[in-house]
Parts: sequence; structure tokens; C-alpha cells
Amino acid sequence: MDKKQFEIYDSIPKEKFAFASGGDMLHDQKFDTKPVGYIRDAFNRFKKNKASLAAAIIILLLALYAIIGPFLVNSNYQDSYATEKTIISYKELLPRLKIFDGTGFLDGSKTVDVTENIYTRYKGIAIETGHNPVQKVYKEYITKDETNRDVQMYRIRLNTYFANSAFTLTLTKDQYDDLQAWQDENKIQVILPRANNPVNNENRMLLPDVWYDCDSRGNAKLDKDGNLVPSYYTTGEDNYTSIMRLAGDPYNQGNVEGRWRYAQRTGTASKGYNYVVRVSSYNYFQYKFGFEPAFAFGTNSSGYDIFSRLASGARFSFLLAIVVSVINLTIGAIYGAIEGYFGGAVDMVMERISDILSGVPFMVVTVLFQLHLASKVGVVGSLIYAFILTGWIGMASTVRMQFYRFKNQEYVLAARTLGAKDWRLIWKHIFPNTLGTIITSSVLVIPGVIFSETSLSYLGIINLDSATMSSVGSMLSAGQSVMTSAPHVVLFPALFIALLEISFNLFGNGLRDAFNPSLRGVEG
Amino acid sequence: MYLLKYILKRIGLMLLTFLVIFTMCFVFVKLLPNMPAEQFGKDMELILKRREMLGYDKPIIEQYVYYLFGRTGYIYDKLDINGNRIQSKDSQGNLLWESRIVKDEHGNTVYKTDADGNYLNADGAITKDPALYVPVTEPILDKDGNKIPVYEQETVYDKSKIPEGVEYIRKGMGGIIRGYFGTSEVLYLGSDVWEIFARKIPYTVALNIYSILLSIPLGIALGIFAALKKNKWQDHVISTGVMIFVSVPSFIYAFLVQYILYFKLGWTPPVANAMGGAWSWTFFTSIIAAILSMSFGTIAGFARYTRAELTEVLTNEYMLLARTKGLTKAQAVVRHALRNAMVVIFPMILGEFISIMSGSLIIEQMFSIPGVGELYIKSIQAQPTPDYNFFMLLTGFYTLIGLSAGIIIDISYGIIDPRIRMGAR
Repeated sequence: MDKKQFEIYDSIPKEKFAFASGGDMLHDQKFDTKPVGYIRDAFNRFKKNKASLAAAIIILLLALYAIIGPFLVNSNYQDSYATEKTIISYKELLPRLKIFDGTGFLDGSKTVDVTENIYTRYKGIAIETGHNPVQKVYKEYITKDETNRDVQMYRIRLNTYFANSAFTLTLTKDQYDDLQAWQDENKIQVILPRANNPVNNENRMLLPDVWYDCDSRGNAKLDKDGNLVPSYYTTGEDNYTSIMRLAGDPYNQGNVEGRWRYAQRTGTASKGYNYVVRVSSYNYFQYKFGFEPAFAFGTNSSGYDIFSRLASGARFSFLLAIVVSVINLTIGAIYGAIEGYFGGAVDMVMERISDILSGVPFMVVTVLFQLHLASKVGVVGSLIYAFILTGWIGMASTVRMQFYRFKNQEYVLAARTLGAKDWRLIWKHIFPNTLGTIITSSVLVIPGVIFSETSLSYLGIINLDSATMSSVGSMLSAGQSVMTSAPHVVLFPALFIALLEISFNLFGNGLRDAFNPSLRGVEG
Repeated sequence: MYLLKYILKRIGLMLLTFLVIFTMCFVFVKLLPNMPAEQFGKDMELILKRREMLGYDKPIIEQYVYYLFGRTGYIYDKLDINGNRIQSKDSQGNLLWESRIVKDEHGNTVYKTDADGNYLNADGAITKDPALYVPVTEPILDKDGNKIPVYEQETVYDKSKIPEGVEYIRKGMGGIIRGYFGTSEVLYLGSDVWEIFARKIPYTVALNIYSILLSIPLGIALGIFAALKKNKWQDHVISTGVMIFVSVPSFIYAFLVQYILYFKLGWTPPVANAMGGAWSWTFFTSIIAAILSMSFGTIAGFARYTRAELTEVLTNEYMLLARTKGLTKAQAVVRHALRNAMVVIFPMILGEFISIMSGSLIIEQMFSIPGVGELYIKSIQAQPTPDYNFFMLLTGFYTLIGLSAGIIIDISYGIIDPRIRMGAR
């Protein structure tokens, strides 16, 4: 190259040079916006999806219900066992919120057709306890029975809380006195006079609500004014000292001898007396549990409150699903990462193992775990094991797929050239790429786990039922048998599951779209 | 050639997987305690003998060999004139099993009576309450001391094939390779597990076939309709419905269907009526509620996949070409778009047809359909221990169904569209 050619450049005078920008410093333009990271970006996209947002809110509400639901109800009631008479007499009550009383909606009432006989019983209940089970009489009509006789029928709106009004209890002296003291203090008539209860011919049982005179068929004998004739005990010692007495009691007119007897004393003075008393269910409930019975979701066929039972079942389902999801996510991510990163023989062996495990029907896994482990780690423990044994496979194959996609890309090669170790490559360079998929599928795992748990407990393969706890599945199966008389028992658990599954699927789909915009619409 | 190799490889792998799973299950089941023989009361001796013959006292490996390949020796079944088994003996003439509850010729249970024909209760006192009657469990003798022929209610064998009143050799202790899956110890005491299974499977298959016949055409049609009306209100309605029905578990609609069809309208019976057999009209009409409950999810699934596939295919350029060369929209959709969409949908249909064998456990349980699903649940829940022989048979069955559905779907991809090479590098 000719050196002279460049010599002219050596001698350019200094004056000929000038600053291009007139002496100002050059700066990159400063961004006014905040940097948007991966998660932020996904969240922005997620917010645009209205359906998923709504689903997320519903999930939050359901979770909130599961967490605080059990505390909203008197735990005293929930902890009592179904052998408690108060609870048994309160089975299959309809949903009732006190603020809705008398509106015809959520007031614990239903429309039923009853015979004269039963209608009279309800009238009797209204007179004796002051709680009228008959909210409204729609119509009176006459039908024929099997023997072609005319039968007087009533179509009424029946308050289920008042319909089963009384039951008989045997109390010790202390309990009896305590009950009387409570009565006087709260001015609520709990103890009803003992009545000569007739035997109901149809189901051969004593009807504690019937206090009036009637024939063996249960038809009331009326006096000449058409009123019911009381048939209370008027003899015997009852040691009744309470000031609360029914309105018609002869005692109120000072007739001490002919007064109604509020208890039947049994036992002897030396061993201590027992008192057989007839109590008003509604008022005894208040004495026993300290609140007026009103169950937002009604009660089931054992008398348990559905609202708190469902909440405890839901809480269990959520907890189980989250625990399972987290564990499966961890195992699956590690397994899939190793498979995908190392590939080759490692991949093949590991793939075979997961192939075999995924071929085992889930039901079999659950049953075997229940049979082998339930006595050692409990029903819940063995259920979690069963979910984990095969649950991580889906996650592992997703992660493996992602690793295959990214492990041969240039930036990984570059990192490797710079001396990054395997572990660093996996953890720092490839794994973050799988994060979106992992989050999405760990959310989509939750409805699956809840569905399986519900099915298994519905089928009775796992049994989580106790006085204080239940699972949605066993509530469903218990409700199925009383679907004719009390459809609400099955309605609420079914509604819960349906809502939960729909919301989780919508939410999961929204997440998937947000994290992987390229996958949008692939599955409809 | 490639395909054949691929298929053989897949089947080989499948059998290997199956064998591993089945063996593991067997080992796990055998590790559990068997039902104590004392529970069988009068049958204790028989059960113990049978267990001894099957090697229950041997190591698990040896038991597994017996279970798979059988032992030498035969079980002789004594059958009555109706072809029902009343007694089983081994080759040495030891009594293994005997009919427990005596039935008369009308199939009614025979109860203990005194000489005057009054029914007796368990204490031998005369009673009038039918609930206290005691069934006769031993053969009764007539005046001359001869056994009166007794009848079992359950008909297990094909009557026409059985010689009249003769001792009849049934199966050897064959092992499963010869079709002998063991004898029920809890659920159907003494019955051959395979025979009960064979009796139950038609109900499951019938239920699933009805459900498939209803749901596949409907699902695909809805999917096509939604795809053609993409982003119009029809599409939104269908997509929302699909979303709901795909998410909500089928037993939730089962409640709804049962409530409406049975409790409110009274159109269907509460439980299946299996009196006329699996393919009878009465059975069909009695399981309509079950068919509907099973179908919603499948319809939604097919509608969703068809819509997704078809919308994707419809955007392809060859669709534009088809229209430009003069085809009507309908022609273009049916001849070009639908055919291509079927590449994905057809394997799904095949998979669905395979899984008709397994059916839905929960729906069968719910509607009391006497199919294998119900049998499975019953065998698991049997007291005091699960019925392990049923459990093993049905576990193998469900595993095999699951595995084969997988490979049939994969293989059908290759056949339908040779460009797709499943498992190729």
C-alpha cells in the first residue's frame, strides 16, 4: 500500500474539525416507562382476559369461604356428635337465613301437601310453642285415598325448623335445674308439660309433638268450640320450680293440684332422681348451643350444618390440592430437567420408568396405598402418597419438552463455552424458560386433584368423614340417598365443585395464554 | 415396513410395561393379609384347602408362577340339572366348595321349618316374622335319606352345553394363561372370577356404546358449527357450554339428570333394570339418564377439539385455493378442511372406542348398572378384606385398556397421515 496516499490526512488543520452536535453531550434517550419483566408482562396480558379474571376472583372467594367458613358457625354445634338428640331432630332442614324470614326465599320453608291429621299436629305445635310451622295455606282440597274415601288435604308452606317441634329427654337433677334456671333467665319456654303421647299407627312411633287428645289413628278429638283438648299429665311429682308455664296451665289460676306436670320423676331419692322431660326442639337448641337455629345451607340427613361441613371439606380439598401440586411440581421439575438436559440413555431409562408408572390406573394406586399405608400414615397421608406416585409425570414431561427445546440454543452453548457447569446451565439458563409452563400446569393440576379426591370419597374408597370434618365427595354420596326429600343436601356440594372446576379451568387457561401467548386458542 | 416395525416395537414395549405393572400389583396384593379363614365359618376347611392348592403358603414368587401358569390338577365341579354348580372338588376328591344357601326349584331360598311346616328362627323356635327365618345351608334329605336336588340362583354356565346331571370337569387350576383368574373369596363366594367378569362386561360395553353413538356425532357437529360461525354469537354460546361441560365432573350432571328425569319428571327409573340382559330394550330405557350423564363431557370434548382443529385448518391457503377454483363453501369445507381436521379427531374417536371397555366407574356406581366398574368398586369395598382376585383381574383389565388406547391412538396417527412419524427422531 502506498504510504503517501494517506499523508494528506496527517496535515488537516485543526480548525477544520468541529463538534457534530455543537458541543452538547450525547445521551441515550431516557425511558419514561418502567421496564416490563416476564412476570409483569404475563400479568398485564392476564388482566386483559376478563373471564379468567372473574374466575380468579371466584376462586379467591371460594378459598376465603373454605378458610373462614368453619369459624362463622358455632363450633359447639359442629363438634357435637350425631348421637346428640337435638342434632338428630334437626336433620334435613332447608337453608334459612334469619334476615329472609317470611320472604319465601332462604327461609327454611318448603311447599308440601299434608293430610288433616298432620295439619292439626302443626296447629298444635303453633299453639304450644308459639312457633307456627305453617307459614301459609295455599289451598284446601279433597282427594281420594286407596279405599276411595275422601281425604281432606292442605297445601301449605311449611317451615322445616318448626315442624319437628319436640322430643323427650332424660335429665339428671343438675341438668334439670340448670335448664329451668336458663328458662327463667331468658324467658324462653323450653320444657313442655309431659303429654300422653299417642302411638302413630303408620310408623309405630311415639309422637312427642302431639299433646292434645286424639284417637288411635292420630285424629284430634276437638271440644265443642273446635279447639284441641290438652292431654297433659296432671299427677305425679315433677319438682318444677321455674316461673315459665304454658298459658293454659291451671296453675296460673292458682290450681296447684290440677297443674300440668313438666317432668316425670324416675329413680329413687337415695340414688338420685332422673327427670323425663319433653322439650321444645327449637328452644332447647337455643339452650344447648346458644343461638337460634338458622343454617345458611340447611342441614344434612344426620343433622349437621352443611355450610360449615362443606367449608371444612373445601378447606381439605384446597389444602390437599396445593400440597400435592407443590410436591409434584418439585419432583416433576427436577426429574424432567435431568431427563431433558442429559438426554440419551439417561432419558430413555427415566422415560421408561415414568411410562410404567403412568400406566398404572390411579384407582389401583390409591387402593393399594390405602390398604398398605392407611394404618401407618392415615387416610390423608396415604392419599397424598398416591397422588404423588403418578402425579409428577405430567409435570416432568412438560419440563423435559422445554429442556429439549432450549438446551441446544446458542445462548446455552455460549454459556457452556464460558465454562458454566451443568448445574448452572440447568438452573440459571434453561430452567427460567420453563417457569411459565410450570406455573400454568401447577394451577391446572389443582382442579384435577380436587376432582379425583371428590370422586374417590364419593365412591367411598377413601373415607374422611367424622363429626367435625367431611369431604365434598362423601357429602355428595350421602346426599344422593335423600335427593327426593332434601335435594339441597346434594345441591350445595355439587354447586361448589362445579363452580370450583369451571373457575380453575378458566383461570388456568388464562394463565397459559398469559405466559405463552403463542399457545393461545390451541385448545379452544 | 417402518410402520410395522414401529407397531411391533410399541406392542412389545406395552406388554413389557403391562407385565411390570401387573407383577408389582400382584406383589403388593400378596403382601396384604388374606381374609382370615375363620371368617368363612362352615366353609373354612374348603377355603383353606383351596388356598393350599393355590400355594398361598408358598413364597410370593412361587405363588405368582402358579397364578400365571397354573398348577397341575383339576377342579371338578358338580352341577345340578340346571347347570349350576353345587360342589367343587379337587383331583384328590377333597371338597373345595359347596353351595351355601339352598334354593328350591323356583329359585326361592329354602328356610328351616319344623315337621309341621312352621318356620323356625335361629334358636329353633317357631316364628311368624319373615326377617327371622333361617335359610337352609346344608343339603336336605327326603324321607328315604336321599338328597333333594338343590338349586343355586345364579346362573353362571351356558345351560345348553352341560350334560344332564353328570359330574363335569370345568377348569384346571389353570393360571391366567389358561383363562383361570382365581375364585372369588369375598364377593361371590366360590364363583369363578372370570365368569362373573364376563357376565358383567356386556353392560359396561352397552352403556358406553350408547353414550358414544350419542356423543361423537353430536360433538363433532357442534364443533364444526362453532368453527364455521367463529366469533359469532353461536360460537360463543357453544364455547361457553363446552367450557362448562368440560370442567364440571360428570357425576355432577349425573345428579342433575337424575333429579330432573327421575324425581321431577318420573321418566326414568332410579336404577338400571338389568333383568332382560345388556342388549335389551328395557335395559336401554332404564339407563337413559346414565347415558346422558356420561355423554355431556364427551360431547364437549369433541366439540372443543373439532372447533380448534377446524378453525386452524380453515385459515390455510389451500382453502382459499379451493374456493378460487370454484368450489362452494360447503364443498371446500367437507372435502378439504374436514378431512384434514380429521387427522387429529379420528384417533380420538378410536381412543374413545377402546375406552368403551372401561367405561365410567362413577356413573355405573351411581345408577347401579351391573357392569365391571361397579364390580371393581364393590371388590375394593368388600368387607372384611377386598376381593383380591377380582381386584387383580380388573386392575390388569384397566391397565391393558389404558395402555392399548395409547398405542392405538399413536399408530392411527401414522396410518391416517403418513407424514406423522410418532416416536421418530
